[in-house]
Amino acid sequence: MPEVDASFLALPRHELAQAALQRARDLGATYAEFRLERIRSESIALRDSVLESAKDDEDLGLAVRVIHDGTWGFAAGVALTVDEAVRVAEQAVNMAQVSRPINAETIELADEPVYDDVTWISSYEIDPFTVPRADKVALLTDYSDRLLKADGVAHVSVHVATIHECKYYANTAGTSYTQQRVRIGPNITAHAVAEDRFDSMSTCAPPAGRGWEYMTGTGWNWDEELAQIPGWLAEKLAAPTVEAGEYDLVIDPTNLWLTIHESIGHATELDRALGYEANYAGTSFATTDKFGTLKYGSPVMHVTGDRTVEHGLSTVGYDDEGVAGQQWDLVKDGILVGYQVDRRMAKKNEDLLGTPRSNGCAYADSSGHIPIQRMANVSLQPAPDGPSTEELISRVKNGIYIVGDKSWSIDMQRYNFQFTGQRFYKIVDGKIVGQLRDVAYQATTTDFWGSMEAVGGPQTYLLGGALNCGKAEPSQSGAVTHGCPSALFRSVRILNTTQEAGR
Amino acid sequence: MTIQLTPQDTIERGLALAAAEGADGCVVLVAETSSTNLRWANNTLTTNGAMRGSSVTVIATVGSGEGTAAGVIGRSSVTEDSLREIVSAAIATARAAGPAEDARPLVDGPVGADWDLEPEETTVGVYEKFAPSLGESLKRADLERRRLYGFANHEVVTLYVGSSTGLRLRQALPRGYVSSTGKNADLSHSAWVGTATRDFTDVDALALDAELTRRLGWATRTVSVDAGRHPTILPPAAVADLMTYLYWQLDGRDAFDGQTVFSKSGGGTRLGDTLSSQPVNMHSDPALAGLEAFAFAVARSSGGSSSVFDNGLTLQATDWIRGGKLEHLMTSRHTAELIGVPEATPDIANYVVSVDGGAGSTDDLVAGLDNGLLVTCLWYIRMVDPQTLLLTGLTRDGVYLVEGGEVTGAVNNFRFNESPVDLLARFTAAGATVPSYSREWGDYFSRTATPPLLVPDFNMSSVSQAS
Repeated sequence: MPEVDASFLALPRHELAQAALQRARDLGATYAEFRLERIRSESIALRDSVLESAKDDEDLGLAVRVIHDGTWGFAAGVALTVDEAVRVAEQAVNMAQVSRPINAETIELADEPVYDDVTWISSYEIDPFTVPRADKVALLTDYSDRLLKADGVAHVSVHVATIHECKYYANTAGTSYTQQRVRIGPNITAHAVAEDRFDSMSTCAPPAGRGWEYMTGTGWNWDEELAQIPGWLAEKLAAPTVEAGEYDLVIDPTNLWLTIHESIGHATELDRALGYEANYAGTSFATTDKFGTLKYGSPVMHVTGDRTVEHGLSTVGYDDEGVAGQQWDLVKDGILVGYQVDRRMAKKNEDLLGTPRSNGCAYADSSGHIPIQRMANVSLQPAPDGPSTEELISRVKNGIYIVGDKSWSIDMQRYNFQFTGQRFYKIVDGKIVGQLRDVAYQATTTDFWGSMEAVGGPQTYLLGGALNCGKAEPSQSGAVTHGCPSALFRSVRILNTTQEAGR
Repeated sequence: MTIQLTPQDTIERGLALAAAEGADGCVVLVAETSSTNLRWANNTLTTNGAMRGSSVTVIATVGSGEGTAAGVIGRSSVTEDSLREIVSAAIATARAAGPAEDARPLVDGPVGADWDLEPEETTVGVYEKFAPSLGESLKRADLERRRLYGFANHEVVTLYVGSSTGLRLRQALPRGYVSSTGKNADLSHSAWVGTATRDFTDVDALALDAELTRRLGWATRTVSVDAGRHPTILPPAAVADLMTYLYWQLDGRDAFDGQTVFSKSGGGTRLGDTLSSQPVNMHSDPALAGLEAFAFAVARSSGGSSSVFDNGLTLQATDWIRGGKLEHLMTSRHTAELIGVPEATPDIANYVVSVDGGAGSTDDLVAGLDNGLLVTCLWYIRMVDPQTLLLTGLTRDGVYLVEGGEVTGAVNNFRFNESPVDLLARFTAAGATVPSYSREWGDYFSRTATPPLLVPDFNMSSVSQAS
């Protein structure tokens, strides 16, 4: 079992927290919280089997957030001294005082049990930062070489990001915790260049809350995927262009996770529904007046929010407001029944939500940023005895099976979206008959989820996800997992992207 | 010891430690940042912050027999003790790495005249004039049953670069911006304005609110327009939304490897090709007045258009596109040699798009359009096809109908599928180039100047219900 990194435990976290929280209290703050965060990140990039870039970063700092005279104040600093902790607390109070005249709403927080000096560590086997760089590069060079040796592969690019996050949190209510999480995000892409066109094929291995063992085969079969990519790429390069129109789609979880992220994950963030994100990422069509009645999708649609799933990128023991991880329903039998909230939104919307408690969706991407309402692991649940992907394909007369994610875009209220993918297989009379190219699917969220006729069984379920979801001002980057099975959708609009380009 | 070092001390001690531990070369980058922000929604302040950051990057180089290898380690909150660890780690990393393909002699040069100066800092005081007028506009919006949502940010980055070859450079760059969205009482319509600034002395929150109010007034009449190819006026902000993506695709190595719109069919780059028959230009210059950028190359990792060995390289004014012809791609010294161009042209953190003879404003283009759309900003722009640089995205917070040279109403939103490279060849009218602020990318890349453009057949692929 991993342990919290000793060098983080050696930092004067208790002393700094005590000094900051006491100073905030002395200055009249009615609530204060302190975070000490160390985020180690490593980025390794290879181009054509040659190491192009390897960079090892560490971000270490402290932050104080206060409620003073009913107004938030936030400040952050980097020096790990008691003087700096006090200065940051004073600056946070000062920010609250400066902001008070333009704050029209008194800040109140939902109650949460107190957790006294607890520890939580995510599930992984090998801390990536204990693996020698040379061993990592050797493995990635081997993976690159396998692709480069194949006919038709002109170039190979590799990028692997690893993150090791340690956090100490304390607030004036008495909660304090130490938390450690590890995550990893690999991408290997083969490029082909033909006389009149070029194309690429990337691995579908999603980023995961795992350690370096992920790169050597735990949780993903690299040998199998790398062996097949050159053939898939050659077939795609020679594939016929798609005829635009309406098709039935079987969407693989390697693609569907991203559609869930954009059209459900962000749409069920209560801060968006309430307008707090309106100037940046946007609002949501899933407004509070539709809570409990909005027909989000077909009756087979069951979506959960989850901060507890093993290997989830958004999985935590406690969030950045000291709230313990939980699981709850967002969409049940196709109806909107839940939101993702933080403590302020939970308190303000207690009657609507029917619970006095936050579901633990506050997160800041570093000590330099304020905690905001952030996405839990939002997942589409499989049917307990549901069909296999092949069975879903067998139900399609004229359709497309879509594998892997690529391009994505959705409007600022989460209605109109357009996605592409890595591979598109034409389905005729229940059978795959070869790849297509130039495919994008475009739909409106409720139409799309309403057209979902069936979800696959647990045997088709996969955790997808992203390391780099952007939100808020100043912009913050979040990591989040989305589990889902394969699923069957009827009559979805397919575009030909070459025609869209006017060619 | 936990002694905090000045940036200059960090660099001198880092270089000395690297030399003592046997590095053949070393570059140390120190970035001191300070920022302060205000965020509001539903006519009230929601969050605020004041942050101070410090990062140190040590790039150690060692000879490896077959070439030179580099090790890169970055840290925040560096102390005298941790600096020693960072330098040791960078050297160990370099020794464990193979020769770097992009290895070149480290850049040498002078000690800058301002080298000894302390980092510059911003404070919440930068909003001394802006905050009260923001407060007034929030109250006014409340009274007039409008809602305001927005964000103001100001930051100063002071960058220090020192190398074992004697280079000592320092530059402080301030940057600020405001982005503000207004909605009518029932939230059925919205409008947006945004602007970049260096110090907020030139930002008038009440004037921004007046422009939002004017645009919301256009929504008194609403018109449904179907998807299709429409004559469309893109104001400078919307042009920046699209051209910033084009700018990021100017990577010379990726083009050479056959992976971008700037790759030639069958191999090589499209350098020298005519992209547009129109006299359109894209130009960068770190000294552009009002859009000042770092005057030297800064690279914390190597990539297709950048190299850690090029840190400190003086950036020259560069024409990327001139008279419609692709003149340069972004290159490191290594990539320049690889693709056969005489000198490196690294990326620069600003650009200007202009059209020779372009004159007048967005309003002037509107006055000249009989029937079409005015699209104030674009959103969620992503690449669909790298071969054509086909982008998809949405209109948001302000699409208007233009009839008989006037804005006559607000129109529903659309999803578009378009290539900015194609747009540069298809526009039929252009205004004068002015400082612009991209809705989508401005918080990251705000030093842009662009003209308004009229595109006769902008591809609105479908209608978006979002409002």
